[in-house]
Amino acid sequence: MSATLLLAQLLNGLQYGVLLFLLAAGLTLVFGIMSFVNLAHGSLYMMGAYAAAMAFGASGSFALAVVAAAGAALFLGWVLEVVVVSRLYRRNHLDHVLATFGLVLFFNELVRIVWGPQPYFVQVPDALSGTVDILGFSYPSYRFAIIAAGLAVAAGAFLLIHKTRVGMLIRAGAQNPQMVAALGVNIRLLNALLFAAGAMLAGVAGAVASPILSVQSGMGEPVLITALVVIVVGGIGSVSGAFYAALIVGLVDTLGRAYLPMMMRGIAERSIADAAGPALASMGIYLLMAVVLACRPQGLFPAQRG
Amino acid sequence: MSALQTHALVKRYGGLLVTDQVSLDIVPGELHALIGPNGAGKTTLINQLSGELASDGGTVRFGDLDVTALPVHERARRGLLRSFQITSIFEDFTVLENATLSALGAREHAWRFWRPMLHDANARRAADEALSSAGLAQRADVPAGELAYGERRQLELSMALAAQPRFLLLDEPMAGMSAQESAAVIELLQRLKGCYTILLVEHDMDAVFALADRISVLVHGRVMFTGTPAEIRDHPEVRAVYLGDDAL
Amino acid sequence: MKTSRVLRPSTLVPLLLLAGLALLPWVATAAGQPFWIAFFARIIIYAIAASALNIALGYGGLVSFGHALFLGLGCYAVALPSFFESGNGWVHLLWCVGATGVAALVTGAISLRTSGIAFIMITLAFGQMGYFLLVSLKNFGGDDGLPISLTSRFGPLDLGSPLAVYCTSFAVLAMATWWSARLRAAPFGMTLRGAQQNARRISAIGLPALHYQLAAYVISGVLCGVAGLLLANLNAFASPSTMSWTVSGELIVMVVLGGMGSVFGPLLGAVAFLGLEEALKGVTEHVWVVFGPLIVLVALVGKGGIAGLLQRLDRIRPVATAAPVVAAAEEVAS
Repeated sequence: MSATLLLAQLLNGLQYGVLLFLLAAGLTLVFGIMSFVNLAHGSLYMMGAYAAAMAFGASGSFALAVVAAAGAALFLGWVLEVVVVSRLYRRNHLDHVLATFGLVLFFNELVRIVWGPQPYFVQVPDALSGTVDILGFSYPSYRFAIIAAGLAVAAGAFLLIHKTRVGMLIRAGAQNPQMVAALGVNIRLLNALLFAAGAMLAGVAGAVASPILSVQSGMGEPVLITALVVIVVGGIGSVSGAFYAALIVGLVDTLGRAYLPMMMRGIAERSIADAAGPALASMGIYLLMAVVLACRPQGLFPAQRG
Repeated sequence: MSALQTHALVKRYGGLLVTDQVSLDIVPGELHALIGPNGAGKTTLINQLSGELASDGGTVRFGDLDVTALPVHERARRGLLRSFQITSIFEDFTVLENATLSALGAREHAWRFWRPMLHDANARRAADEALSSAGLAQRADVPAGELAYGERRQLELSMALAAQPRFLLLDEPMAGMSAQESAAVIELLQRLKGCYTILLVEHDMDAVFALADRISVLVHGRVMFTGTPAEIRDHPEVRAVYLGDDAL
Repeated sequence: MKTSRVLRPSTLVPLLLLAGLALLPWVATAAGQPFWIAFFARIIIYAIAASALNIALGYGGLVSFGHALFLGLGCYAVALPSFFESGNGWVHLLWCVGATGVAALVTGAISLRTSGIAFIMITLAFGQMGYFLLVSLKNFGGDDGLPISLTSRFGPLDLGSPLAVYCTSFAVLAMATWWSARLRAAPFGMTLRGAQQNARRISAIGLPALHYQLAAYVISGVLCGVAGLLLANLNAFASPSTMSWTVSGELIVMVVLGGMGSVFGPLLGAVAFLGLEEALKGVTEHVWVVFGPLIVLVALVGKGGIAGLLQRLDRIRPVATAAPVVAAAEEVAS
């Protein structure tokens, strides 16, 4: 168990966590403010990835691909909010789940019709295809860039939420949605904006993840479910909670997969270890969630409610 | 022995002291009224007595049992029942189903998976009696959601009665009722006096002075004074703070 | 003239459906289409799973997005003993009830510490947990699934043929539906339904809602597991994909489409859902691009599903009876 390997895995965990944060941030805001369960968030991530793949294929520019993903997801999010989501705010969560489930099935099939069932491969942009030297070892530049970009987005989100008027409205809305509406704020516009912004983050996450993960139908759901775990662990409605929880979940998952099988072999006989190791590793984050819920049902960093 | 006794009961919301060292001693069989201006903390106190709110200090004794740590359903099963100020019934169930479920819950249990609830003889009898007392016997098969406001309040009360309580916590049972409806409730409570011990929170002063054996006045979370209706009427501080010289 | 309870649409249509399903094996054999037996057996099995979910979701209001976990556990309760050379149906059933019971108790106890959105997400995550666990068991097929060579034998009854599975499943569905109807009006069912309407009130009348909800979750999980046991026998195969969250979602759609909290809703929903899926397959291979929006529509429109629709037809029918016409005629004559 070398130090270099550990450091690399730590960075991988951080990178995964940052990606999870991009997804979880929009998700938790929509849950917290509009109380809306959006299972189709993974579909927005997927559509962003496809938009990026198309744009990159057409232009060769990764920057353009990310912009295309952001734009496509923003537009799609806006349309979904106006046509479907806004009609469901007053309904119960079951109706949210049902409707967004239908949307997931629709988008997964749509993508299969338009682009076929085979996975799409997006290349890492040339500028970032090398490695960086960190503390004496080489780490892929692209993954490092994801960490840096993700942290920048997190910092930007923090500034937006805590230092601007829009951010103040968002925080107020999270604490007391009815009051914000009563104050005459155009709540419909705010909701649509919020939903679309969350969608945009998801799309960007999709674009950013596309060189690392394969772009294909159904790619959104595994990440979505992990993002849901992040939100539950962090505390629903809390963006800062989502940030810390995303890093924790990212690290637990990555380190678990890297080291649990190895550790199992140390304490159990080989055949059991080879079966139990990967099993435990894949269940790791769910065990984490179960423990957090058993001890602190409101999450580790819950939003303060008014 | 008291029917219900609290000692130095406290409840804080952040820096605000909503219940301030409340000590009450309710005599078995009496109808004890709790009055006070809006915001005095009456509903909070009821919630502490029923178990919905955990107290920050003090104790609640029900008979010879310390119930301070007991959850709501445990207190209900021991005979400490309440009615809600804002009607809280089962809208999709019929009036009879509402009452029968209440009768079943407090005195028996619901771990039965086959025979219909309405065929339970004991529960049914208790429900029928409670509904008759409250004047709702004719409306037994109406879905609760379709009742008029006054009838909903009556159902609220009959659900507490159906559970065959030893002690009733009634939180403004006549809230929003017409004079005629209130008169019916006052008459019902007159009949119930003596059968059950009752702690009644009410704003309707006519009802309070007609029914209460003793009255406690709650102001800013403190019991300012406890006494008979006559004593309350004459108490100068109570008149000033709450009743206003004109009201009497 | 009072219309008999049985003849009202809301009871008549489902009973006719059940009668049709009872006759199906004969009809299928007579028409020379034996594969219908397997097709409808699958519908019946999903109707059982939907009935199970209906107890937790319809009566209890517990939106579980992870019920496929119990369906899958039921499948593997057959597949694993079969792998280890045991075809004894009672052993399979014991493992099924045991595994799903324990899983439902543990996941239910943890999940019920939350409510609302968090509850939905936690049940979803637990379902995923089961899925990944089974996928990682490479020795038992992993992603590819596990073929079943020794189907469940209960004495002379061997669930190795589609007909045997069909008849057994039909019997289970009939009993489950009957019990579900009784449960709805029994104290347990009333408590669950009351807790869904007004949890605060349920506590206030002396019933610990949480205990009943957990019991409902466990009962629901075990019955769903039994459906899984039957499914594994029908397919002679167990796969982790049975535990995927899309299956959980489909079960929810069936319950809501049929009519949440109604007695016959699960049956109606399963038939409608799987029937529609099959019909669409005949038209296009891209079923979900049509079905997905239909599910969105079901969510937007709501209104009690198919059972709710039939109940509204109940109220229309009495107008057509003779009594009001006779009364009006008498009035005119006098």
